[in-house]
Amino acid sequence: MYVSQFAVLAAVLFAIGVYGILVRRNGILVLMSVELILNSVNINLVAFGALRDTIAGEVFALFVITVAAAEVGVGLAIVLLIYRNRRSVDLSEVDLMRG
Amino acid sequence: MVAQNVAFWVIAAAMVYAALRVVTTRNVVHAALYLVVVLAGAAALFLLLGSEFVGITQVLIYIGAIIVLFLFGIMLTRAPMGKEKALDHPRKLPALLAALIVGGVTVYSVLDYFGSEQLPRESRTTTREVADSIFSNYIIAFEAVSVLLLAALIGAIVVARKE
Repeated sequence: MYVSQFAVLAAVLFAIGVYGILVRRNGILVLMSVELILNSVNINLVAFGALRDTIAGEVFALFVITVAAAEVGVGLAIVLLIYRNRRSVDLSEVDLMRG
Repeated sequence: MVAQNVAFWVIAAAMVYAALRVVTTRNVVHAALYLVVVLAGAAALFLLLGSEFVGITQVLIYIGAIIVLFLFGIMLTRAPMGKEKALDHPRKLPALLAALIVGGVTVYSVLDYFGSEQLPRESRTTTREVADSIFSNYIIAFEAVSVLLLAALIGAIVVARKE
C-alpha cells in the first residue's frame, strides 16, 4: 500500500467537510462536517505514523479524538442554547455581530 | 498485500459515498447515521494500518458516544423528524468551488510529494507501546488534555443548563 492512498482519501474527506461547513445552515450538521474534517486529519496522522515507523502519529490521533469529544460537547451545548433562545438552529439567523 | 489493497478501496469508496451523503442529505437523522459509516470506515482503516488501539478508541468514543450525543442534539432541537427544506444555503456554487480548490490543491501536492512512498509491510503497534509512549514522552500533553476535558464538561453544563 502507498501512503498516498490514505493521504488522498483524507484530502477528499477534508474537502467534503469544508463543503458541508460552508453550505449547511443547521448548526448540528455543521458540527458533523467538523467531525468529518477531524477524522480526515486522524487518518493522515496514523498513516504517516506508520510510514515513518513512529508511535507519535497514533498518540496524536488519540489526542485529536479526545479534543473532538470535548468540542462536540461544548458545540452541542451552544447549539442547544441558540435553539432555546430563538426556536431554531438556523445559523444564518445568528447575525447579532453583523455591523 | 492484494487483499489489503482491495479492502482499502472498498472502505474508501464507502467512506466517500457516506461523507457525500452526510453533507447532501435532506434528513438530519440520516446524516448522523451516514456519519457512523464514515467513522466505522476510519476505524477499519486504522486496523488496516496496524493501529489497533486507535481503531478501538475510534469505535468506542466516536460511534459509541459522539453519535449518540449528535442524536440527542437532533432530538432536543427539532421535534419534527423527516425531510427538511431549509437545511442548505441557496447559493452552493461558491462553497463547491472552495471545496474543489482545497481538495484539488491538497491531492495534487500529496501525490507530487508522496506519490511513490510505500508503507512498510509490517507496521503493527501494540497497545502496550502506545501506553508507554503516552505515559512517558507525552505525559504533559496527556494531563493538559485531561484538564481540557474537565473544562469542556463544566463549560457544556454551564452553557446548556436552564437558569
